[in-house]
Amino acid sequence: MSRQGGRSADPRKVSQELFTLTYGSLVSQLVKDYESDEEVNKQLDKMGYNIGIRLVEDFLARSGERRCNDFRETADIIAKSGFKMFLGITPTVANWSAAGDEFSLIFDNNPLTDFVELPEEHSQLNYSNILCGVIRGALETVQMDVNVRFVQDLLKGDNQTELKVKFIKRLEDAVPAGEE
Amino acid sequence: MTIYNLYIFDRNGVCLFYQEWTREKHPGMSQEEEFKLMYGMIFSIKSFVSRMAPVDFKDGFSSFCTSSYKLHFHETASGLKFVMNTSLNVGSIHDELQHIYSAIFVEHVVRNPLSKLGQAIDSQLFKTKLDSYVRGLPFFTKVN
Repeated sequence: MSRQGGRSADPRKVSQELFTLTYGSLVSQLVKDYESDEEVNKQLDKMGYNIGIRLVEDFLARSGERRCNDFRETADIIAKSGFKMFLGITPTVANWSAAGDEFSLIFDNNPLTDFVELPEEHSQLNYSNILCGVIRGALETVQMDVNVRFVQDLLKGDNQTELKVKFIKRLEDAVPAGEE
Repeated sequence: MTIYNLYIFDRNGVCLFYQEWTREKHPGMSQEEEFKLMYGMIFSIKSFVSRMAPVDFKDGFSSFCTSSYKLHFHETASGLKFVMNTSLNVGSIHDELQHIYSAIFVEHVVRNPLSKLGQAIDSQLFKTKLDSYVRGLPFFTKVN
């Protein structure tokens, strides 16, 4: 928890633990409310999406970032600037596909899962699935359609947590009515 | 120096907000039509400017002047468009429009879960904050 030292200066920041535990109770409530892990994953993704489309405005306003010219720049900004600002971590960008349209974010430390152990009966649960939705929602707002999914998860016994982000297409500006 | 009016459009061309402070002449059309026309023009200018540009540039379209007024334009990476009309003697107001975005729009619209995105803003707090910010700008002088 050494991180917190420098944070108390900004009144808008809350303790990492409060956030982690709140997220934990959200997930456990969803597990109670829905029968399958699949459905919980879906709900988490949906919530993340709704957060992402708003969070991105906050991010742009505070960071002053401009539009990215390519997907590599996008990856860098997500990892070094976005995750840093909101979760205080910097995941590694790796595993670029040959076409440059897919990369992985590798986390050696995921603040969402600080106090979590995944019970065996929830082997399908992507505990941090909300992150997929947040990234998708945020990028959609800056006109990038992407697919985000977990391919490895420390909670499931993998060596690291790995999130794959795949670029699908560029969304175009809305054309005004009556113009083609 | 005067500020005439301000339009905020989202990336789908919906006019989220409109306010006028000093506007001597009104267009002979409904407000809805006026918003569509304004968005259409901005859209066309943007594509015109980027196609005609003889060099690579980052900022794109930022303002135009006529003989009697100046239109300032600012777009965020998320596609929000801020359009402000002022008198000719006002310089670049890029920073002011950015401030309206980051300190007023994000703070009172995006961070307010009750305000739906993609619809006209009806938050009174937003309107009050914006109005007092604009009225406090050094180049806001109301001519009576």
